[in-house]
Amino acid sequence: MLQIILTLSIFVILVIPMGKYMYHITTGQKTFADKVFDPIDSFIYKICGIKGTDMSWKKYAVTLLLANAVMIFVGYLFLRIQNLPFLNPNGIDSMEPSLSFNTIISFMTNTNLQHYSGESGLSNASQMCVIIYMMFTSAATGYAACMAFCRGLAGKQIGNFYRDVVRIITRVLIPLSFLIGLFLVSQGTPQTLGGNLTVHTIEGKLQDIAVGPVAALESIKHLGTNGGGFFGANSTTPFENPTILSDITELISMMLLPGACIVTFGHMIHDKKKEKAALEVKTQSAPKKRLLMGKQGAVIFGAMAILFTVGLLICYHAEMAGNPVIGNMGIDQTAGNMEGKEVRFGVAQSALFTTVTTSFTTGTVNNMHDSLTPLGGMVPMLHMMLNCVFGGKGVGLMNMIMYVILAVFICGLMVGRTPEYLNKKIEGKEMKLVAICILIHPLLILGFSALAISVQAGLDGITNPGYHGLSQVLYEYASSAANNGSGFEGLADNSVFWNMTTGFAMFFGRYIAMVAQLAIAGSLLAKKKMNETIGTLRTDNVTFMLILVFIVYIFAALTFFPALALGPIAEHLSLWM
Amino acid sequence: MKKSLKSIGKMLGFCIVLMVLCSFLYPLALTGVSQLTMKEKANGSLVDKEGNPVSDVEDAVGSSLIGQDFTEDYYFQPRVSAVNYNTYTEEEKESGDYKGVASGSSNYGNSNPDLKERMEKDLDEFLEKHPDVKKEDIPSDLLTASGSGLDPDISPKAAEIQISTVAENSGLSEEEVSEIVKNNTEHKFLGVFGEDRVNVLKCNLAIADAMGILDGE
Repeated sequence: MLQIILTLSIFVILVIPMGKYMYHITTGQKTFADKVFDPIDSFIYKICGIKGTDMSWKKYAVTLLLANAVMIFVGYLFLRIQNLPFLNPNGIDSMEPSLSFNTIISFMTNTNLQHYSGESGLSNASQMCVIIYMMFTSAATGYAACMAFCRGLAGKQIGNFYRDVVRIITRVLIPLSFLIGLFLVSQGTPQTLGGNLTVHTIEGKLQDIAVGPVAALESIKHLGTNGGGFFGANSTTPFENPTILSDITELISMMLLPGACIVTFGHMIHDKKKEKAALEVKTQSAPKKRLLMGKQGAVIFGAMAILFTVGLLICYHAEMAGNPVIGNMGIDQTAGNMEGKEVRFGVAQSALFTTVTTSFTTGTVNNMHDSLTPLGGMVPMLHMMLNCVFGGKGVGLMNMIMYVILAVFICGLMVGRTPEYLNKKIEGKEMKLVAICILIHPLLILGFSALAISVQAGLDGITNPGYHGLSQVLYEYASSAANNGSGFEGLADNSVFWNMTTGFAMFFGRYIAMVAQLAIAGSLLAKKKMNETIGTLRTDNVTFMLILVFIVYIFAALTFFPALALGPIAEHLSLWM
Repeated sequence: MKKSLKSIGKMLGFCIVLMVLCSFLYPLALTGVSQLTMKEKANGSLVDKEGNPVSDVEDAVGSSLIGQDFTEDYYFQPRVSAVNYNTYTEEEKESGDYKGVASGSSNYGNSNPDLKERMEKDLDEFLEKHPDVKKEDIPSDLLTASGSGLDPDISPKAAEIQISTVAENSGLSEEEVSEIVKNNTEHKFLGVFGEDRVNVLKCNLAIADAMGILDGE
């Protein structure tokens, strides 16, 4: 338990300066690194002919979609022709169409659901030009959308999509990935362009050892909350995650940027307040206080932290309790449920990794989720269903703000006042868009799950009998719709049915919500500012934070409880009762 | 029409510039620096039969980070692997029993009867091979499958209960074998992070060395 607390403390300490740095990048303020990056950025703008003028929210959304469409097209072509002898030392064949479709949608939407195995399914060229490429660009896309959204809420111009993408890639993602990559190599992660190795063991047998440009992929995989592994077994494999130090580095790097987005948001909202205050009292100099993340940001961060902690505790205790089937065999199970886990991480770091990877919707795994205890496996599933416990890079914050607006609206109805958030009225149009965002997610998960268990092609994928079979299906679609990408990997999911349905779930889960959220930001930005009155519901105190937590849980219970009761809860009861 | 074509062209240019940056400059720079400064680690941490780092794959007997399947009675037994640690014989490759390099586990849910069946079978075999070990002393990590199927480690307890059998079959004394286990045990980082663990391949290389069975090669 101590190691979990210490690991999380490192995260909290790092996230505040990181958020401040990202705030400076987003708002175009001076940073210490400008001397290096300004020339690089202007060079990129110049050869691409980018002027960098502010866009309307519609233009921003269209540019985002078009950019992603072009990348999908290029990536799909690449997978189909990866059999060419270019950076293909292991002689990998081209990928078949339905799997290519699934893979491309998966990586472009920041999901990284993998229906292939990296060792046997991708050439080194594909790992670099499709996987690593999309890991950078999809993370940058999520971040860009979120920052445009935050600017809208903070009453600034929406911004320019190209500029946002270039700045986050050159100033944050590439430098940090490089440093983390080097550290991972120092722990034992391979980084080579060569092919797989075969050694002669001391028992006179042969052993194949798969290597490749693993470290380069590994660092951006976590930093960009992507999660797709170089190898089939992802971050459980010793080469992707060799030591406990690499494990903690991977944990922190996947938490860092989603956490920092909230700090950035807090700073931007605080800016707005400061500007207003400066107008009112021109002569008085504003008090200089070191700002951590602003009150609005702190409320959201706090609510997410509560949800996260509750999940982590349940997962940890369920895993420590172990599997009663193994307990009944009479062997020593004091280390907890070790099936599907690695000795170097043990149950504590595995439970932490599991909760983090699904809360921050990365989808990388350091243990096999299919073999988690029923309740231990319910937590990751639930966090993907909530999709707002920190969430993926940028999008998690936007999802949480949907719940914030919902909470403001519900409270407004209860006290009989027009609801408002950050001095803007929340009206019918915004509520309709919020409803779309909140409903599309359960619709995709439950709708597709129902389809999968009612047709033979879907049932064919299930590999565990009983209640756990339903959990496998639910998990797969929750992971797709939340753009997480982890899986109950037992599911035999490389079939046309599973490739297509999860592809659609990922696609709609990503873009419908994103466009609706940008529309909300655009609509709020266009509204007149309200003055705060005594009747305004305050959204910057502990009371509101708790309301927010309850709203999230109530909505989750209303939509997902029946499905969870039939899957993990039923399995738990059948094992323990 | 002309305008939209132009904007798609511009977008394509933008995407290609990003690809040059993210897919070539970044990974190639990382490869270059890693290969120059940490050659052995960047190429898979291969070890020779003395257990020393080696860069030539011809001299290597494995990787210190990747587990291996061991069947001889005088070696320590690793955890269960769903992919058999990618270890195979020539015959198994020709007959198709070995399907190529992979990773992963069998993904059994807690309630899956196949899990119980596999573990009970392994438990019986283990008890037969180690008659002096009591059932309640067997730690679960030894009978459960690792997530990657390549886990190089077992828990110190899992090594401890194998010591007497290994000593008996190898002709080494129990003290010598305990010493080998101790030398290849890694402790929690700073006493807090991670778990204590014993590297099976390194132990077995040390045992083979002590028995003197590798000299003939």
